[in-house]
Amino acid sequence: MKFFRSHVLVSVDPQCLEMGAHEIVDTLNDELVSCGLIDEIQVLETSRLGDPTRFGPDLVVYPENVHYANLTVDDIPFLVEEHFLKGRVVEKFRAKETVITDDELGAPKQKEVRIVLRNCGKIDPHNIEEYIAEDGYQALANALTSLTPEQVIDEVMRSGLRGRGGAGFPAARKWQLCRQVPDFPKYLTCNADEGDPGAFMNRRVLESDPHSVVEGMIIAAYAIGASMGYVYCRAEYPIAVANLNIAIEQAREFGFLGNKIFGTDFSFDLEVRMGAGAFVCGEETALIASIEGKRGEPRPRPPFPAVKGVWGKPTNNNNVETYAVTPQILLHGADWYSSMGTEKSKGTKTFAIAGDVVNTGLIEVPFGLSLREVIFDVGGGIKDNKKFKAIQTGGPMGGCLIEEHLDLPLDYEALTAAGSMMGSGGLIIMDDETCMVDIARFFMEFTQEESCGKCTPCRVGTRRILDILEKICDGKGTLADIDRLEMLCEEVAKNSLCGLGQGAPNPVISTLKHFREEYIAHVVDKKCPAKVCRSLIRFEITSPACTGCMVCARNCPVEAITGERRQLHVIDPKTCIRCGICAQVCNFNAVEVLS
Amino acid sequence: MPTIKSLEELKKIRDEALKKRDIKTTSARVQIVVGMGTPGIAAGARDTLKEFLTFIEEKNLTDVVVRQTGNFGLDSMEPVVQVIIDDAKPVTYGKVTPFAARQIMEEHVTGGTVVQANVIPS
Repeated sequence: MKFFRSHVLVSVDPQCLEMGAHEIVDTLNDELVSCGLIDEIQVLETSRLGDPTRFGPDLVVYPENVHYANLTVDDIPFLVEEHFLKGRVVEKFRAKETVITDDELGAPKQKEVRIVLRNCGKIDPHNIEEYIAEDGYQALANALTSLTPEQVIDEVMRSGLRGRGGAGFPAARKWQLCRQVPDFPKYLTCNADEGDPGAFMNRRVLESDPHSVVEGMIIAAYAIGASMGYVYCRAEYPIAVANLNIAIEQAREFGFLGNKIFGTDFSFDLEVRMGAGAFVCGEETALIASIEGKRGEPRPRPPFPAVKGVWGKPTNNNNVETYAVTPQILLHGADWYSSMGTEKSKGTKTFAIAGDVVNTGLIEVPFGLSLREVIFDVGGGIKDNKKFKAIQTGGPMGGCLIEEHLDLPLDYEALTAAGSMMGSGGLIIMDDETCMVDIARFFMEFTQEESCGKCTPCRVGTRRILDILEKICDGKGTLADIDRLEMLCEEVAKNSLCGLGQGAPNPVISTLKHFREEYIAHVVDKKCPAKVCRSLIRFEITSPACTGCMVCARNCPVEAITGERRQLHVIDPKTCIRCGICAQVCNFNAVEVLS
Repeated sequence: MPTIKSLEELKKIRDEALKKRDIKTTSARVQIVVGMGTPGIAAGARDTLKEFLTFIEEKNLTDVVVRQTGNFGLDSMEPVVQVIIDDAKPVTYGKVTPFAARQIMEEHVTGGTVVQANVIPS
């Protein structure tokens, strides 16, 4: 093999080409010939190296890894003479900033299996070639050239892949239903409207590996017979939207999108639609309405989107993760995928773990791992050696699970049976200093605000539930309020139009079930056992720990603390606003929280 | 960019992409730095450099990187070449003719014995 001492990678993406990248390549080759260096230095064309609007046209020289940006043809002779002939880096042509790579996601932790997240942080999301180097678009090529749509559906069916949006409906079954509807054109939508508090699994995939979603969507479109697809991504994810658009453009260039893909009769195109931040648009009928430019409100089903979806035509909607994993299933086979997980939940799932756990962030684990393993092995246990109290699975519409559930396997059925749900993969872990009434109030505040207002049970019901919870946290609740709360929750869950309202009471129902004594302590004893609810706690300075250093008195924002130097200080409970600053600033742990 | 029409074309692009990635990530065991300042070139550093490249190509070595630098400041000893193997202390050679270059490659880089005759003591 020919040995080159140096390689020059010139970006020839469309924007750089417009700015004259081809002329630069030609001049570079001419100059290298005239300097007699053409046998030593190889010029290669590659897709984008950095943002072309800032750097283009640009090139990178290896092995030195020097990035030259904003070049013109006139710069080339000087560059060749200096860098390649004399070996001096030309500082004035160097890119001002280096290309940022993704290192947010660390190495896999123990018991993690990364399939969906496999490329995150490993490849450059702006460069389709790096995705292709990781076997990208091979599954698509195989599917289109040697499998029928039915065979694709069959393979995905055998893999046991279930929709990752939350409900866990078998993905291939959904595709089949849409395929069978004799109405054309058909549409494909991708739900990238990830809105659960603390969850960012989909964002990570869209930002770091957008091509896997694009490829998965093309395969699904082939299986269904769809001709147009929309990725519905929330506007709060600007990098995800930007990277998706770059990926779609590159896929078009390579002929993976557009007419007659891989020389077959199959044509498909993709477009990104941005959501305006409404949580309810994650519900498929609301998402479809929003794509059509209408107000993002759900409508009753049936008709299901598989029959009447976008523009009244058959539509298949899946989550980002479902599409991202599809190419891997076709590439490695259904048996490989179904070898992971439990009997009914196959493969792996990404989770965002948040809350009082040591390793917060993203993880990907096979189904069937117990909650205990997720919290204590992958998550590294509870922060500050505190005790585990509860875990909220399934986001704000899921439920909380307790100690006795820790050995439950992560599996759609097991979580549902325990009164919670899989959801899209948010896990919030709480230690023993968490007030469960307060947590229920927090989630209710979220869903109440996100209720679209179309149906009365959800619009009014969530508001009333929140009112009662606020009343209880405020120390003004009665036992009758708890009964009313239970009744309201039942009605809202039963009568709401869409999943948001139906799931909204879940945090309240599950905390009432597992932590009823905490609710009773709030309303009967007027105490908050976890010492969180401000109206039910008081701060007191204890002797002899207090040295009279006056730090607390100086920091108190309402001047509620009095006391002479070197004398025990006293907090006036009438003035105190229970902000807790005195406890934070005290160096002697003399401030005690009482309930 | 060409439109890809078959699995074979895709695989070709894949192989090229893999090669490009190797270029980016290869961590070389041996670095050969040739002084290519004006006195170096005048003393024939280009021929020396070419001899290194020829040898690497002949033997199909994959863990060697050849780089150039400016004047080492040892004009009377040009062409000057520095050989850095792993984390060891760099060895500086003087008066590296193409013949000496081949000797350095054979004895030092592949054999592990420093070519004493050309070493510039530091």
